[in-house]
Amino acid sequence: MNEHAPALVAMLPIIGAILIMLIRHNHLNWLIALLSGFGTMYYSIILYLDARSMETISYAMGGWEPPVGIEYRIDEFNALLIALISIMSFLILIYAKSSLSNELKKNKISTFYSMYLLCLGGLIGILSTGDAFNAFVFLEISSLATYVIISMGGDRRGLLAAYQYLIVGTIGATLYVIGVGLIFIITGSLNLYDISVKLGDVELYRPLLASLAFITVGIALKIALFPLHAWLPNAYAFAPSVGTAFLASTATKVAIYLLIKYLYLVYGFDLVYSNQIFIFVVLSLSVLAMFGASVIAIFQSNLKKLFAYSSVAQIGYITLGIGIANYNGLIGSTVHIINHSIIKAAIFLAIGCLVFSSKIVNIDQLAGLGKKMPMVAVCITISSLSLIGVPGTVGFISKWYLVLGSLEQGWWVVVFALAVSSILALIYVGRIIELIWFHAPVSSIVSENKIPFEMIAVTVLMTIATIYFGIDTRLTGDLAKIAVENVLLGEQL
Amino acid sequence: MRLDLLLRISSKIFLPFIILFAFYVQFHGDFGPGGGFQAGVIFAAGVILYTIIFGVKKAQKDFPEKIFNFMVPLGVLIFTVTGLISLSKGYNFLDYDALAHYPKHGQHIGIIAIELGVFVTVIGSMVSIFYAFVGRGKK
Repeated sequence: MNEHAPALVAMLPIIGAILIMLIRHNHLNWLIALLSGFGTMYYSIILYLDARSMETISYAMGGWEPPVGIEYRIDEFNALLIALISIMSFLILIYAKSSLSNELKKNKISTFYSMYLLCLGGLIGILSTGDAFNAFVFLEISSLATYVIISMGGDRRGLLAAYQYLIVGTIGATLYVIGVGLIFIITGSLNLYDISVKLGDVELYRPLLASLAFITVGIALKIALFPLHAWLPNAYAFAPSVGTAFLASTATKVAIYLLIKYLYLVYGFDLVYSNQIFIFVVLSLSVLAMFGASVIAIFQSNLKKLFAYSSVAQIGYITLGIGIANYNGLIGSTVHIINHSIIKAAIFLAIGCLVFSSKIVNIDQLAGLGKKMPMVAVCITISSLSLIGVPGTVGFISKWYLVLGSLEQGWWVVVFALAVSSILALIYVGRIIELIWFHAPVSSIVSENKIPFEMIAVTVLMTIATIYFGIDTRLTGDLAKIAVENVLLGEQL
Repeated sequence: MRLDLLLRISSKIFLPFIILFAFYVQFHGDFGPGGGFQAGVIFAAGVILYTIIFGVKKAQKDFPEKIFNFMVPLGVLIFTVTGLISLSKGYNFLDYDALAHYPKHGQHIGIIAIELGVFVTVIGSMVSIFYAFVGRGKK
């Protein structure tokens, strides 16, 4: 079955989602979800190992050979992200059971698992497909599942957040399809690899540029790049804790991959980066995200919203690396996709523990948490510190590469911006750490529920990962290097 | 309810033809215009007509909501199982050649199976959405 891994990684979660919806059993649903999550993880790792040992894996869906049929194209870069996403979502699934039965109504839990797996299948589909329109279909599958996940938080404002994201997400998908349509008119092909070959001898520069603009803006809405980020904070704040952890660690990262794929593998480095305006827009928006979102995060009182704004800022770091566009900058982006996924999962899972035990929503309720729940407090502290980029945590590694990349370009302004945004992060994280460790406990928090073992275990595991990958970069850094060297900059180097 | 006698009688006459036409569009899909989606919408239109004429209560008793909610994932299951069968015979996912001894025959069976899945899901989702709207505020 291993040669069918490209189809299986996208199909197993979807099959799991269907079975859960059909059976709708209160205890079986978690087991089915866990099983299909495990299967996906297993095949994603096999897929990565295959992608390392072979050139590029091409899988013809339905036996129709590309470029006519839909091709699943796996290289070292997207195989790495597929593995990352399926591992993260499997770990979050282990955590999910107790947290969901606490936060959701009993009859909604099956739907949640089903939507979770459907979203996972959609995200993996976006990563693995080599077809422009198929990517759109998977984008819609994952987005529709996301809307449902966001609306299930139980808070009425969650419905509004879901509706807001529905509108924005649909606009984004529409812009993306318009861009794909333009490419299709120019080249007559929907296969991304085929397009990249055919674009080489296209003389119509203006429609090509228009399609680049449409696709970039469309995907930027899904990424929540700074001025288009309005849907993200509410969506993260009112979704169930498990949903927030899952979306924060996977969904935006996949959209970023799609953007990188278009810029580097479809349009090609030369076409995109000979365009000075494009680089300027990407760079300035990234810097604005790092500043603007961090400043807004400082003034938040809702805990999840604060970290949601910090997510917008961190996405700025990733797109900054895309804008820097040299070897180190791209490694910075790739490593930060992995690192930020781990950090945000750790933080939101820890917040999920707090919601479980004592319904903590606001920051001032954190006072004295260090004494009440030392384990969770340590997890939040460490993972928040890695958001700043303290040496010894993963955040430092990504920032190191980004600084190296911008120094190579001679962009001192960007280096300065990176430093200042780290200070801004220090301010909002500092508030939390001060409240947790240096304030007397508020009488209003009484630890009501004992946090189950598996929730603590997964949270601690993620926190340890933020330190481990910050010290030993052999795994994350080297895999990112291989991905960037072999896939993105294959021709430049 | 007394006044719409004409509507009730004529819709009762129409309903079997609507359902029959849905099946015609379904099974004629690979020779002429049509297919699972269109057939599903026509079938669902029949159920919706029934609901409009005879009221939500009676319609939901005759066509329980649960069945349609069940049909949504069921159709996708039919679709995926078709793919998995070709996978189990060593072909690529959704390669219809695997479904019969002759590839051409397999393609026929494959299309029919896939369209059946689409048909079931579309009926389920159309009627579920409709029921969700008309049932609002009743509970």
